[in-house]
Amino acid sequence: MNLQATDFELFEIPAQFAQNRSVLDAKWKDLQREAHPDKFAAQGAAAQRIAMQWSVRINEAYNRLKDPLKRATYLCELNGAPIEAHTNTSMPPAFMMMQIEWREALEEAGTAEELEKIEHQTANYKHEQLSKIEQFIDAKHDYAAAANEVRALMFVARFVGEIEARLDKM
Amino acid sequence: MALLQISEPGQTPNPHERRIAVGIDLGTTHSLVAAVRSGAAECLPDDQGRVILPSVVRYLPDNKRQIGFEALANVAIDPLNTIASVKRLMGRGLNDIVNRDKLPYAFTASESGMVSLETVGGTKSPVEISAEILATLRYRAEDTFNDDLFGAVITVPAYFDDAQRQATKDAAQLAGINVLRLINEPTAAAIAYGLDNAAEGVYAIYDLGGGTFDISILRLTQGVFEVIATGGDSALGGDDFDRALADFISAETGYFPRTASEKAALLVEARRCKEALSTANSIAVQAINTTATGIFMLSKEQFVKATQHLTDKTMSAVKKALRDAKLAKEDIKGVVMVGGSTRMPHIQQAVADLFGKPPLTNVNPDEVVALGAAIQANQLAGNNGVGDLLLLDVIPLSLGIETMGGLAERIVPRNQTIPTAMAQDFTTYKDGQTALALHVVQGERDLVTDCRSLARFELRGIPPMAAGAAKIRVTFTVDADGLLSVAAKELGSGVESNIVVKPSYGLSDDQIATMLKDSFSTAQQDMKSRALIEARVDADRMVLATQSALDIDGHLLNTDEAGVIAASIAALLIAKEADDAAVVESATSDLAKATEAFAAMRMNSGIAKALAGKNIETI
Repeated sequence: MNLQATDFELFEIPAQFAQNRSVLDAKWKDLQREAHPDKFAAQGAAAQRIAMQWSVRINEAYNRLKDPLKRATYLCELNGAPIEAHTNTSMPPAFMMMQIEWREALEEAGTAEELEKIEHQTANYKHEQLSKIEQFIDAKHDYAAAANEVRALMFVARFVGEIEARLDKM
Repeated sequence: MALLQISEPGQTPNPHERRIAVGIDLGTTHSLVAAVRSGAAECLPDDQGRVILPSVVRYLPDNKRQIGFEALANVAIDPLNTIASVKRLMGRGLNDIVNRDKLPYAFTASESGMVSLETVGGTKSPVEISAEILATLRYRAEDTFNDDLFGAVITVPAYFDDAQRQATKDAAQLAGINVLRLINEPTAAAIAYGLDNAAEGVYAIYDLGGGTFDISILRLTQGVFEVIATGGDSALGGDDFDRALADFISAETGYFPRTASEKAALLVEARRCKEALSTANSIAVQAINTTATGIFMLSKEQFVKATQHLTDKTMSAVKKALRDAKLAKEDIKGVVMVGGSTRMPHIQQAVADLFGKPPLTNVNPDEVVALGAAIQANQLAGNNGVGDLLLLDVIPLSLGIETMGGLAERIVPRNQTIPTAMAQDFTTYKDGQTALALHVVQGERDLVTDCRSLARFELRGIPPMAAGAAKIRVTFTVDADGLLSVAAKELGSGVESNIVVKPSYGLSDDQIATMLKDSFSTAQQDMKSRALIEARVDADRMVLATQSALDIDGHLLNTDEAGVIAASIAALLIAKEADDAAVVESATSDLAKATEAFAAMRMNSGIAKALAGKNIETI
């Protein structure tokens, strides 16, 4: 095992989209038990430095693996279909219309209940979208198609961020 | 009296048992020190049997000082020189201190913009004042064990930002304490509570202290304490309830204190009333020099109403933390109440109302944080063999960088598990731009002016290119203490710049060195001999650590590799006898270098073991 291993290798799990969250959580904690700097607090600077590197790497992998959107992005990149969100904006056409509707609803929303209703709608959409991604990656191995859906989901994630920011201010 | 153990001639007691490691709760109102003794954590009392040390320092002429109860008794008599609640000033600039006019101190700003106080003993920074309190606790621990302190875990509010954490670490350094780790107060409380009650599941820690408020949501599973989300307010605590009550009394009675003594006396009285109202329904306000009113009776309802806005503020933070954790209040198995201010019945009621169940009040809200810190200190010092306690804490506030237009670009979002490293690429704004001014900020707001400024540094020597062509990678690294360091690198040319973030309001290393030289804790000692002693202690620590690593994992090394390490140990043991701290330090760092590869091998084998163990289970 080394620091350059992929997240999947590090966690010793198959490199696929479908993952069991409780397995990820358990692996994360097992790895941190071995690598966390606290374990090496009384062992000098060299051990501390290496523990820090590993602990950081394990947290990075865990963050990417546990978040479906990041995990999908990572799988697309590993399989030669990078997302390149800044330059590539191709995404499912029906999605753009829905985006506009949601944005209008967000602007009109005045209460926490209304905001939560929009949040609920987006959550449903996100759920459907994730099962499509799972199909493309795990069943069809069509990473380019998966990448398009990932791009759309990135918009949704940003949108959810805006809803949360509004809720925070309430 | 317990029998003392004496080792056989020629044998030294097990070195692990000699490591005195303590937990210190450096609180706004009072501070405590605790240690694990014969298997259980307990708070260490002073020579009069009191475990609490009021966090109050009084400066007297001729470089004398009173610390703790003695100082507390003089808060109203000598307000200018008697500093209470100094924690609220840690890592803060003059303009950050709200209600400055209501505090009886003579504020001034140091060159770096950091707040300082003028006292009869000279200008004192909050770091120096805190160091007095920490040193008092250190001496208490050393007297208790009749031995030097190996190190301490010091607790900070979870919601402390980088500047406040750095200031706390500086204070410990100034007090001559080896900081094993800074840990968050609610996390420390969770350790003590969780281990005591064998708690498993998701718990919330509601920690309302004298000057700070934290809410942390943790998942407790088999010795793992995982913080899911944290929130709070580093300037909201019992002090604010006192002040709100004092303002209410002023408004009702028409008595407005003018002098520093009067201000301090009114605050002391407000606090007495607050405490009395935890059990009584009304209380007669005393010590108010007014001819206009006679006895003023204060009712519980009036108190609750006068402080409602503060209670509400804590409840919004609780709701926000739940949202961050993506959990509903039904998911929370129990809410543990920590901090003396949670004794207020209306706080307990508000928590009960929000969560729909009574909070857990079966811990001593004053001691639980120090006890948890002691348990962690004991483990970090290696006293507990291979410990099975694992803390996975988070950073409370997002970290980012200023971009064009005064906007803050987040690099590390809040509630990220530490340690962590995250990077973001930036580019140049103008053609031919050869330098980049980096401004590091912390906070949740979009505008840099609304965030806390942590540090500024520059990346120079970028080759001139068209605007937008350079690619500058900025990496933020947050260590296990929650402290930030930042590195910037231009990827094309490889030009680099690094800084450990010494916050704008922090102390430079030179300042600390100067203070150490002048300081109380070292004044009696010859600096040179102190440096030598410390170098030898470090050397011992390094040799012990290496030997225990060899005992466990020596088989990973081939003969040559083992030989190199053995030679370095021998060289260090010889160097240790020299009377020159620099010689000892250099041999120590040689040994550290020689063991670097070994440390990496041990880590790999540990990781392999973790995975192998899991495989067997799943098969």
